[in-house]
Amino acid sequence: MLIIAMKNRLLDLFLTFLKIGATTFGGGYAMIPLIRHDVVEKKKWLEEDELIEILAIAESTPGPIAINVATYTGYRIKGFFGSLLATLAIVLPSFFIIFAVSLLYNFVRDNQIIAAAFMGIKAAVALLILSAGFRLFKKMKKSWYSIIVMFFALGALIIFDLFAISFSSIFLILSGALLGFIFFFTIPVLVNKKKGEGK
Amino acid sequence: MIYLLLFLEFLKIGLFSFGGGYGMISMMKETVLLHNWLSEAQLLDFIGIAESTPGPIAINMATFIGTSQGGILGAALATLGVVLPSFVIILLLAIILKNIIKSRPFVAIIAGIRPVIVGLIVGTGLIFVYGLIGLSDVYTPFVFDYRSLIIFVLLGVISFAYPRIFKKEINPLFLIAFSVFFGIVLFAF
Repeated sequence: MLIIAMKNRLLDLFLTFLKIGATTFGGGYAMIPLIRHDVVEKKKWLEEDELIEILAIAESTPGPIAINVATYTGYRIKGFFGSLLATLAIVLPSFFIIFAVSLLYNFVRDNQIIAAAFMGIKAAVALLILSAGFRLFKKMKKSWYSIIVMFFALGALIIFDLFAISFSSIFLILSGALLGFIFFFTIPVLVNKKKGEGK
Repeated sequence: MIYLLLFLEFLKIGLFSFGGGYGMISMMKETVLLHNWLSEAQLLDFIGIAESTPGPIAINMATFIGTSQGGILGAALATLGVVLPSFVIILLLAIILKNIIKSRPFVAIIAGIRPVIVGLIVGTGLIFVYGLIGLSDVYTPFVFDYRSLIIFVLLGVISFAYPRIFKKEINPLFLIAFSVFFGIVLFAF
């Protein structure tokens, strides 16, 4: 009986995340309300507070937010195997849908109507990325430091693009990490130490 | 070896993709252009498709680019690459390092990374906007594409007005549906 119950729980976990992966459009933040509905309200696998904590962790760790939530929830329910299964479940629908679509894409791309539709989609994509950027900007804690770093990264990216210089954003991200470590950790520690010595 | 290259490039993207799907678009753009996997126009097609199909954008993009370069095996390896870092990191956090997230050096590093990510996403958006109206780089003559600008402005008006009328954010799918309509009206005939 216990084995059957365990198997059912794993199956339930797998099917729930399969459903989330197959039915949520827009990725990232657009997926959160649906994840909350299934994982917190319906299945009660996580408490509301836990979900908020996971989302905070997801924002500070690399990778798609939906994947982070799936991995964490899976682990909480059934350890390593659960996390593997939940992550696989959320990836699988995307994988097969996109695989099918990409075969179709090569087939229809040169059609005049489809090509015109994609000219329109290009504008939507640019707008979606720009508004995602502005949303993050509104949420960002504003200080002289963050504003300067933000405009520096933005400017560097655009200059490298305009002059067609091959370049990796990873370099900017690592520089940001180093600057953050120096300004928010090392310097405050040194300042406090000096104050401590003065006493 | 295309399979190994796909895996390693997407592993790198997965490891540095803070801020969710949009945060990795600048890296994907650099990678596909560097290896001549896609043109910028194809990349925008792919992003549009990734937005209009279910699932996380990052996964959709990895699968799509992987398929285009290495069929189903390429897709599997690119997707594995992009998921693996996040999987391992979350697992480690869940098992042993739960407190690292609140430790001061970690918080400092994240506070340093965050404005860079915001800059990268806004910058990528701007690059796509001026690319849309016909500016690619300083070496290529500017060919003004007024029709794309009209579509962009119309979509901008819609996404500005929508939340003020319906009291909620516009679903990206709606916006893409509008863009398909405008694209066909302005470009097909």
